Amino acid sequence: MANRVSEPLFHIVKRDNVSRKKAWCIRLIAIVLAILVSAILTTILTDDNPFQVCITMASGAFGTVRKTMVTLQNLAILLIISLALTPAFKMRFWNIGGEGQVLIGGLAAAACMELMGDRLPAGLSFPNWFVMVCMVVSSILAGAFWGFIPAALKAKWNTNETLSTLMMNYIAIQLVAYFTIKWEVPKGSGKIGIINQSTNIGWLPQLFGSRYMLSIVLAIIVTIGMYIYLTYSKHGYEIAVVGESERTARYVGMKVKKVIIRTMLLSGGLCGLAGLLLVGSINHTITTTISNGQGFTAVMVSWLAKFNPFTMIFTTLLIVFLGRGASEISTKFELNQSFSDIVTGIILFFIIGCEFFINYKINFRKPSSVTAVVQEETAPVSAEQSEEPKEQPEEQPEESEKKEDDVNV
Amino acid sequence: MFDLVAFIPRAVGQGIPLMCGSTGETITQKSGNLNLGIPGVMYVGAISGVIGAFYYEKSIPEPGTLNPFLAITIPLLSCLLGSLLMGLLYCFLTVSLRANQNVTGLAMTTFGVGFGNFFGGSLIKISGADIPSIALSRTSLCFSKSLPFANNLGWFGKIFLSYGFLAYVAIILSFVASFIIKRTRPGLHLRAVGESPTTADAAGINVIAYKYIATCVGCMIAGLGGLYYVMDYACGVWSNDAFGDRGWLAIALVIFTIWRPNVGVFASIFFGGLYILYLYLPTGMDHMEYKELYKMIPYVVTLIVLVITSMRNKRENQPPESLGLPYFREER
Repeated sequence: MANRVSEPLFHIVKRDNVSRKKAWCIRLIAIVLAILVSAILTTILTDDNPFQVCITMASGAFGTVRKTMVTLQNLAILLIISLALTPAFKMRFWNIGGEGQVLIGGLAAAACMELMGDRLPAGLSFPNWFVMVCMVVSSILAGAFWGFIPAALKAKWNTNETLSTLMMNYIAIQLVAYFTIKWEVPKGSGKIGIINQSTNIGWLPQLFGSRYMLSIVLAIIVTIGMYIYLTYSKHGYEIAVVGESERTARYVGMKVKKVIIRTMLLSGGLCGLAGLLLVGSINHTITTTISNGQGFTAVMVSWLAKFNPFTMIFTTLLIVFLGRGASEISTKFELNQSFSDIVTGIILFFIIGCEFFINYKINFRKPSSVTAVVQEETAPVSAEQSEEPKEQPEEQPEESEKKEDDVNV
Repeated sequence: MFDLVAFIPRAVGQGIPLMCGSTGETITQKSGNLNLGIPGVMYVGAISGVIGAFYYEKSIPEPGTLNPFLAITIPLLSCLLGSLLMGLLYCFLTVSLRANQNVTGLAMTTFGVGFGNFFGGSLIKISGADIPSIALSRTSLCFSKSLPFANNLGWFGKIFLSYGFLAYVAIILSFVASFIIKRTRPGLHLRAVGESPTTADAAGINVIAYKYIATCVGCMIAGLGGLYYVMDYACGVWSNDAFGDRGWLAIALVIFTIWRPNVGVFASIFFGGLYILYLYLPTGMDHMEYKELYKMIPYVVTLIVLVITSMRNKRENQPPESLGLPYFREER
């Protein structure tokens, strides 16, 4: 006994393939556990019973038609930002500058509304459609430009993109703060207020008689478009290859730098679109907090959905529902609004943690017998052999599905 | 005339939280963990200290005097405990469960900032006290007590001796951290873990233990930054979101100093100066908007430094090789 190295209590093996059903079961268990923990926490803080808490949350998100529409609208905006970040993440480009790209897009839209709206000298005016076209073009370009800078730096000098995009966020925030004071109404108030309140110049049109619908419809279009782009287009394939292995991409003759810059232009441009919607369709004003941290939340949403646009709808819904539900709780019990951040954080921790149990298996020490030892020894080897290095197991079912689709077509 | 004697102490006051944050983050990053949760950790550290101090002050009604030793120890320990827990959470998720570091860090920031603002806003209601706001002026006095003879020494005393003890702790910690990383065996091991965990593991270094300890210690130091801000700089008054984006700036500083805590001491004071420079630059009354542009300077400077270090591509100025990557022994 003294000479034998004692076998550890458990060891961890990478799963070579997890069925989709099993993966989603694990995630579901994690979400349920997280909701339980949040419910217990809420019960401690409010002395309300957990079921009542859940009902309050649901009523906060879907209680009335208006609340439902606002929830859907928030969902649409967060979804667009998440989708915007997705191609970059798939390329392993950590664009955490969504916040800045949204803001700068919003700022461009607001600038068009300001400069071509009520501020013009009397007698001079632009037609409304022209202003709107300018807004759309300028905000998308501005967002794309904000994405282009870190991408170009990454492509040229391999600058760490996580940190450069982070800095770009704060540059954008200060730019917005600068223009907020420049255009403030009335002077000294520190905010712009509703732009063009009397003439409604540059207010994006309502769809189906509801001011919430434009964002929702656009979000649906972007979701489908992004799915097609990532799954069926040549660009999408290149993104996937660069993300999996830059060397492979270079070897097969892809221009990696071009792919990085092109993808970030798209990513930033879509964030700019979200900014346009926030300013032109929803708020009709701009503040430094207009995107409300959604650029960061979107990182998590996109990652939780494993970069699949359709799954993203559900992860976005989860986050938005929690946010609105928890803010209803905090209103009802006169707690601080930040309660929703805590609940969101708890849920995220659980989901982040559960990914481990999808990717890896824990083998506990078996009662020592010869067969058990042999099994333990062979198991990791076979797992390694059957798998390409560093492949994400989730990719495989998707690929097989893709093949099926191709056959069907 | 630019009043340097008044400017420097304020810059230092602004710089200390950044210094703590960046020292902590440097230690963390040296172990290969890119902890984007530092802003959240600093909030949690600050609010944990506030909670500790709040209950201690509450136990002694207004006219009573606080025991200075307890008044410092209780918030300090609760702050360290709070940030330690955050560090453990981060390590558990990223090291043990191998989760993505960026996502975990951002989730920690969401959670930590929310946690701070929530308890900052609801502590009074939860504890059932009948006071209008959290103003721990008595505890703050203990924290910001400077040397008694500092005021008699003119400009020298003002610039070097006018700070609370936490400021000196932060500076000493930065130099000690720098020494340990550069000159000692554990520091060498730590760097090895950050550069190439596989090699470190083969050399018999316990990678997981190093990652855990480095990240937790880093979080505790960062938490002290939050505590300093509330107790000393803000005079014990908690206001939501007042701490702002200093946590991100601390992460920026890590790059700015190219992973050297001793440089961080001066760099963070420099950044602290940049942070409040807008108060001193002439703008005129009708051009308040330029102040917002001045506030942009720290971020622009960081971005430029980031670009320059990547451009020059010198080997000793690069981020730890395996920064941001999880380590799994069986996966090579």
